[in-house]
Amino acid sequence: MADFLINTVGLPEWLAWVITAGVAAALILNVIAGGALVFIWAERKIAARIQDRLGPTRTGGRFGWLQSLADGIKLLGKEDLMPEGADGMLFQLAPYVSFCASFCAFIALPFAFDFVGQRLNVGVFFVVAVLGLEVFGVILAGYASASKWSLFGAMREAAQVVSYEVPLGMCVVVPVMLAGSMDLVTIAEKQAGWVTNWYLFHDPFTFVIFWVYVTCAVASVNRAPFDLAEAESELVAGFHTEYSGMRWSFFFMAEYGSMFLVSALAALLFMGGWNGPIPVAELLGLSAGTGDTANYFVRLIGCFNLMGKATLGVLVMMWVRWTLPRLRIDQVMTTCLKYCTPIAAAMFAGAMFWQLALPGGVMRGMSRPAGEIREGWLEGPGGRAAARGTAVPAAAVPPKKLMQVQP
Amino acid sequence: MNPLNPMHAPTVLASLFAVNLLSDPVSVTHYLVVGAILFTAGIVCMTVKRNALGVLMGIELVLNGANVNFVAFSSQYLQGEQTASIGLDGQAIALFVILLAAAEAAVALAITLNFYNNHSTVDIDQADDLKG
Amino acid sequence: MIASMMLAAINWHSVLFLVFAGLACAFAVAVVVADNIVRMAFYLVLSLGSTAGLFFLAGAEFIGSMQLMIYVGGTLVLLVFGVMLTAQAPFISIKTSTNDRVLAGVVGAALLVVLLQAAFSVEAWRRPGVGEVANPSATPLGMALLGVRVDDPPAGTSPSLVRSGYLLPFEIVSVHLLVVLVGAAYLARAKRRRIPRGIETADVAASGGPR
Repeated sequence: MADFLINTVGLPEWLAWVITAGVAAALILNVIAGGALVFIWAERKIAARIQDRLGPTRTGGRFGWLQSLADGIKLLGKEDLMPEGADGMLFQLAPYVSFCASFCAFIALPFAFDFVGQRLNVGVFFVVAVLGLEVFGVILAGYASASKWSLFGAMREAAQVVSYEVPLGMCVVVPVMLAGSMDLVTIAEKQAGWVTNWYLFHDPFTFVIFWVYVTCAVASVNRAPFDLAEAESELVAGFHTEYSGMRWSFFFMAEYGSMFLVSALAALLFMGGWNGPIPVAELLGLSAGTGDTANYFVRLIGCFNLMGKATLGVLVMMWVRWTLPRLRIDQVMTTCLKYCTPIAAAMFAGAMFWQLALPGGVMRGMSRPAGEIREGWLEGPGGRAAARGTAVPAAAVPPKKLMQVQP
Repeated sequence: MNPLNPMHAPTVLASLFAVNLLSDPVSVTHYLVVGAILFTAGIVCMTVKRNALGVLMGIELVLNGANVNFVAFSSQYLQGEQTASIGLDGQAIALFVILLAAAEAAVALAITLNFYNNHSTVDIDQADDLKG
Repeated sequence: MIASMMLAAINWHSVLFLVFAGLACAFAVAVVVADNIVRMAFYLVLSLGSTAGLFFLAGAEFIGSMQLMIYVGGTLVLLVFGVMLTAQAPFISIKTSTNDRVLAGVVGAALLVVLLQAAFSVEAWRRPGVGEVANPSATPLGMALLGVRVDDPPAGTSPSLVRSGYLLPFEIVSVHLLVVLVGAAYLARAKRRRIPRGIETADVAASGGPR
């Protein structure tokens, strides 16, 4: 887009870059804010249906589809309260810290092959790392509120998030190992083709570890049954007890942004990213080299694919929230340390040995010609060679070959 | 050219202002300055704070300042191929520093909590039980 | 017109560097200046986060991500956790005497001068960077940690020089981390004997039996 502005419109280079950056940031912001609006409405409707109610019906005509907008306007008009003993600066900053963390993680999240804010070669780790920073907003909010309910919520949140990052990291490493790259774009591209190419169906270990990932992801974004930080039956509202108006809604936007983010990450890592279950574009003969319009069309389809998968993930999280009861804090810790972490470790080892024995995976072996698999083995960068262990002599691996990034 | 030598002060000042910070590419020295400031802030923090956790934060700052230097010396962005870069070693060492800092923080925190349990304070000036 | 010329000459990499460097230094100084321990922790988070940004700008993306994940996301959360466990009214801000502050300021200034002199002392370090690297990748770093060096040796060293990998340090660090984990858990374990008997039984009864 910057090239278009420079060459076609004739703007100076710096202005073109600034405009491009602004547009990209605005797009990401809109995905979060617009997503939050839709998801809040969806959550109300789903909760209502699960509890045999109707939910919002009047606002905006049918189905109450304007309800979240009306809520937003109400929140904007609310008085901004701050408790008396609160630490003013931290109290005011905390929601924005949460929101910024959620927003920054979207920078490295690809929506389709080229639709990515900043393509990083360590994209997976960046997203997971930045997502972990969201906890700071919650801790600061809990402390600065000068309320014991908030502080309890914040302490629970800190313990929970730090614990769950361990199995989450182990789950994320498995697709990285299979793809031989930490670049989210490369990982998703490697799963192109039919549904059998998804890493979810790569081998039994990845199938199991996907469900561990789902558990840890739900826990790391504080959704029920892991929403101990805001357990309203015990802690009033947990860390955001003292918040009202706009600041409170920033916490909510951060929460829905993170939910969308972990779902999109699950889609990218395990469910083929922007590659649909059926390679429609390839069947129609629209490959990347067909032309600009076709190219754009393919990307757009991919974008819809990814958004669809991520939305599905968010809806599942809502379904889980309104179905399962909340866990106790010791149960949360047990789930993490006694179940998720050992299972993730075992599955990681299993996937590693599977990769060693059957590099193409079960389904892939059937759906791809053997030569392609062998070729994939040979040209795979670090991951494949790393899986073979340290027995690889340096001379046997041409350095230039290893450096190159898979297209 | 010795920046501390008063005779050279005008030259040093001129060279500082001749560098347009906004338009010139970043050099290793830029990073070293940041590292120096972080390191100094950490040292001062370690000496000044009386809260045990404040001292711990100073240590983190010092380690971080060292890390900035390691990364700067190993960066191809800053040095290219032509000068004496320490290559990948700097990044590997920075990685180890981060890991060991995590370990060090865990142990220091455990010691602090133990101290707090036994003495009901985190003021390190009161940790003088062994004083003869 | 002049403004637009100046803007056209701007190197955005340098601007971003200045932003991150300024944030890192400013918040590092804020850590020193602040008295409130919780605010210190908050400033430290921002300072180390900005340093991660500096690592990204230096092309060390893996180190930057690791800084965010381990340092900011793990170590500092732990630190804040400790702060909250001990943050009772008298300990939130412990004042230092003015003498100590002045002394530390003098020592710090002297140290800063020495370090800055060292930073400006080598001609090669002041040479502007190239700012572009083809195909940045974390693969050489990962291979080096496994004991295999696949990166190009730095210019000026003899090509026949055998460069060591980092497999042994990697293993040592792993074992070290395990030992630290066990040690920290042992040091910070709950001391049952300090709790009076009556309270403990009431607590156990209230929480529905022993865990």
